[in-house]
Amino acid sequence: MSDNPFPLSLEDLMRAYRTMRTIRDFEERLHIEFAKGDIPGFVHLYAGEEAVATGVQMHLTDIDRIASTHRGHGHCIAKGVDVHEMMAEIYGKATGSCRGKGGSMHIADLSKGMMGANGILGAGAPLICGAALASKFRGDRGVGITYFGDGAANQGTVLESMNLAAAWDLPVVFVVENNGYAESTSVEFATGVDSYVDRASGFGMPGVTVDGMDFFAVYEAAGEIIRRARDGGGPALLECSVARFYGHFEGDAQTYKAKGENEYNRENRDCLKSFRKRVCDAGLATDRDFDQIDLEVARLIDDAVASAKAAPLPKPSELLTDVYVSY
Amino acid sequence: MTRKISYKTAINEALDQEMTRDPSVILLGEDIVGGAGAPGEADAWGGVLGVTKGLYAKHGDRLLDTPLSESAYVGAAIGAAACGMRPVAELMFIDFMGVCFDQIFNQAAKFRYMFGGKAKTPVVIRTMVGAGFRAAAQHSQMLTPIFTHIPGLKVICPSNAYDAKGLLIQSIRDDDPVIFCEHKNLYGSECAVPTESYTIPFGEANIVREGKDVTIVSYGLTVHRALDAAESLARKDRIEAEVIDLRTLSPIDWDTVMESVEKTGRLVVVDEAHPRCSLACDIAAYAAQHVFEALKAAPQMVTAPHTPTPFSPSLEDIYIPSADAIVAAVGKTIARVKAA
Repeated sequence: MSDNPFPLSLEDLMRAYRTMRTIRDFEERLHIEFAKGDIPGFVHLYAGEEAVATGVQMHLTDIDRIASTHRGHGHCIAKGVDVHEMMAEIYGKATGSCRGKGGSMHIADLSKGMMGANGILGAGAPLICGAALASKFRGDRGVGITYFGDGAANQGTVLESMNLAAAWDLPVVFVVENNGYAESTSVEFATGVDSYVDRASGFGMPGVTVDGMDFFAVYEAAGEIIRRARDGGGPALLECSVARFYGHFEGDAQTYKAKGENEYNRENRDCLKSFRKRVCDAGLATDRDFDQIDLEVARLIDDAVASAKAAPLPKPSELLTDVYVSY
Repeated sequence: MTRKISYKTAINEALDQEMTRDPSVILLGEDIVGGAGAPGEADAWGGVLGVTKGLYAKHGDRLLDTPLSESAYVGAAIGAAACGMRPVAELMFIDFMGVCFDQIFNQAAKFRYMFGGKAKTPVVIRTMVGAGFRAAAQHSQMLTPIFTHIPGLKVICPSNAYDAKGLLIQSIRDDDPVIFCEHKNLYGSECAVPTESYTIPFGEANIVREGKDVTIVSYGLTVHRALDAAESLARKDRIEAEVIDLRTLSPIDWDTVMESVEKTGRLVVVDEAHPRCSLACDIAAYAAQHVFEALKAAPQMVTAPHTPTPFSPSLEDIYIPSADAIVAAVGKTIARVKAA
């Protein structure tokens, strides 16, 4: 076996790959199942952006908290939310993460530090400031990560929260997943800055832009700013340039994209392909090792879909429960 | 021991006692300490009207002054609550709710339901309500019905110092998000309040005056107007009005209100909020639906008009429901009442 040129152990490398592959397969499978009409409502797929959630969250434990977005499946999986329960939730079943009462846009698992996907753009930023404040009071060294897209980057809640985190010196990392499109509207149209990282200096915090399709770039940049936040160094901004392989939501014809854009990104910017190649080229693992993980993940997703389809619907009485702790 | 203290002091005392009892209670808000980072004295204000004055000296950094960013700090209070703290956020005026409402009605109110019962959000948002302060249209609203409309929120509005203390302590200990509405024109009002800590359960209205002829239901400042009206009715018309102070608007004590209406057969609801889709409408409709046979006359509503709050004192004084207007409304339910 060759020397390991990466900042992760082989075990962690394979764990990172498994997480990214699980997210990809989860989303690819939802794309297929949604088209069949079995999934209620609407779903926003994270395929293409796996390196961000994984590269950031490899640095976290359950004490750390994340606030996610409407495109939240990847963040959930990388935070360790149970894939079977997630799939059942998306099918609206009683066995789901939220007992079928939240759906794709509200999957949460507070025990894992996952404070919820969120249907309101930019709403996670204030919440994660509170999570970080709680950690600061408890002295547990927990950090908070809030994700938002290039669209929500223009929400007042995000900008106010960046200011609050700086004023209170909170251990918060603001992660912009810049996939170039706010729904269908280009980032070029929606703001006057060339890069969202420019915003960081406006709030007196460090910021860095990385290629969000490169796991190692995300991992290294995130590691540094998460360590800094954990050690009391305050908030920071991480902008990740990514490509969204699907539309804003399933059913989006994506006519606003350039011709061949998705195909180009899949061919040339796929984080899974590049990860695999680099680890194989370094002689740390072989295609067979990765194929084995792919096979196991495919089985996991098959099983999750089958069990979600077979799971019971919530009882009608569930309509009225869990509005309050007591009322 | 009991002594007379003001509504404002009662709120301060409730916060102090809960902060002493429970280290997870923290306070956040604009100028709740005052003078943060400024060259003058620390604890300069203790809130814009001095409600939190003195707490910083006792509890230090558990009081957090905030930038003028209601979405950020109210949201942070909600996020901290979901992570095991018991934050009390002060939103200076309920009128500022417009700039942080998403965090309240889409986040705090819905976490428990959306997350399948696996979250609790024990946050209290203290906020000033009501007119009569010559503060004009953006610092004088009630807006209480906006919050009672939303499942997942509890809405409290005390009318006196005793209730303010007991209900605020209950709010802090409660595991659900609470909008705690403090009427700014009641801060100076005094009554007997125990020195020790106590709670008043939610969903229990208070019959503040017993009577057999008509039921007057209200909350907040207008409870006192209703009592004035009741005294006038007794003196001039020999009508005994029963006055009910709701105290908690969500949950609401339907039983006490409906039992009273069944007894008196007449209902007047007084609400300082605007008339459309108000607590007044809600209670009148509920009575019509549930105790229709007991009603001897159509339920009456006395509310602020469907207008913003005016500035000029001469206009504002006729904007707030008056005792005379309540007497007149009672007159519509009982023929023998003389015009006020």
